[in-house]
Amino acid sequence: MENKVTIKIPRPLYEKIQVLVADSGFSSPTEFIVYILRDLVGEQMGGKTTAKEAGELTGDEIAAIKQRLRNLGYL
Amino acid sequence: MIRPHGGRLIDRMAKGEMREAMLAKAAELPKIQLNERELADVEMIGCGAMSPLEGFMGRDDFQGVLDNMHLASGPVWSLPITLAVKPGDTRKHKAGEQVALLDDLGRIVAVIEVEEVYRVDHGEEAKKSYLTDDPAHPSVQYLKSITNTYLGGPITLFNKIAHDDFNEFRLEPKETRVLFKTKGWKSIVAFQTRNPIHRAHEYLQKCALEQVDALLIHPLMGATKKGDIPGDVRMACYKALIDNYYAKGRVAISIFPAAMRYGGPREAIFHALVRKNYGCTHIIIGRDHAGVGSYYGSFDAQNIFQQFRPEEIDITPMMFDNSFYCKACGNMGTAKTCPHGKEHQVFLSGTKVREMLVKGERPPVEFSRPEVADILMKYYQSQTE
Repeated sequence: MENKVTIKIPRPLYEKIQVLVADSGFSSPTEFIVYILRDLVGEQMGGKTTAKEAGELTGDEIAAIKQRLRNLGYL
Repeated sequence: MIRPHGGRLIDRMAKGEMREAMLAKAAELPKIQLNERELADVEMIGCGAMSPLEGFMGRDDFQGVLDNMHLASGPVWSLPITLAVKPGDTRKHKAGEQVALLDDLGRIVAVIEVEEVYRVDHGEEAKKSYLTDDPAHPSVQYLKSITNTYLGGPITLFNKIAHDDFNEFRLEPKETRVLFKTKGWKSIVAFQTRNPIHRAHEYLQKCALEQVDALLIHPLMGATKKGDIPGDVRMACYKALIDNYYAKGRVAISIFPAAMRYGGPREAIFHALVRKNYGCTHIIIGRDHAGVGSYYGSFDAQNIFQQFRPEEIDITPMMFDNSFYCKACGNMGTAKTCPHGKEHQVFLSGTKVREMLVKGERPPVEFSRPEVADILMKYYQSQTE
């Protein structure tokens, strides 16, 4: 059985997604859509299964990492 | 800061209330106990070290990697990262189910959302990934120990993988990235190693360091083959070297938790891509990188980079030939820089070095720093007692 299926979406939406994913780290609209859907489906199933995108750390996360690095003697 | 491979640093760690909900549910799920390699892969996927992978490979990624070293979504990837159904597991796994993944102590560490169940040909996997199907090759042996039914799908971790050792040296990619940025290091060269560092590799590291801001010594501490020097001995050697022979503020050491595949050229690409995720801009690729026995040519691991456009790999490989101390030159060099013959070179085979260390003889200072030699002597002598 084929492991992938084709889903149709309106072309204007597809074109907006193309613009959105340009230089975003997603290699294609398909990769972006699969990522969003997995996230959504995970939440619906009672657990957020896709952890957040970590490209951008929050200020608190950076502060916590720096503290750990200091504690370990790296900083 | 260099972008992660595929553009995003993946984070598959569940957090907060959602983590609690998933963990409660996981206890009721079918379970698979991970072997050492799979557990290391879970750790690496979870923290983004294997970005853009979000889980174990499905058929398209697996076949794309074998056939042309690319994931189905496009990025370069050179080795299969797979989860095998365990021998004796008679349960019929199917797409759509969740399976809890257990560590060696039976603790639930993660869940896989199975998107695919597929069968593979281990002979093809071995020949394409490791360029051999010789059962003596460590990774061919590994394939013989697992089933040929793989589960593909994204994983979610509940906890960092617990380790008994070197926790003070275990940094995830997001942590090394913050470290580099805070230090102001813009160019960082990674050095992959599973052995003690002698003068030859010290020379390569220092040559590389002349060209960049900093050096990350990144020793592999996942599964290695029998006979490799244990991690604690290697770490003691690295620390002795850094404390005594490296400029302060230019070197960091951190654990690389991957399992060793001994995959030569393809593993060199893997090592490069993964170090990019840790924030490194360069990687040292020496002679027979990640090789074992005589399965690969001396420069195969360097030449394979020519198969890709530089922007596909992005991290810059720094290639080096074998280095040695030349008595006539009075310094370290390679065939590129030293005009003298082998009779002037201080070169010792691995076997010869082991023999000397077992007997309590220090190898010459031109071959190994005394502090490193002493640690190794103590180790080898303890093995013969």
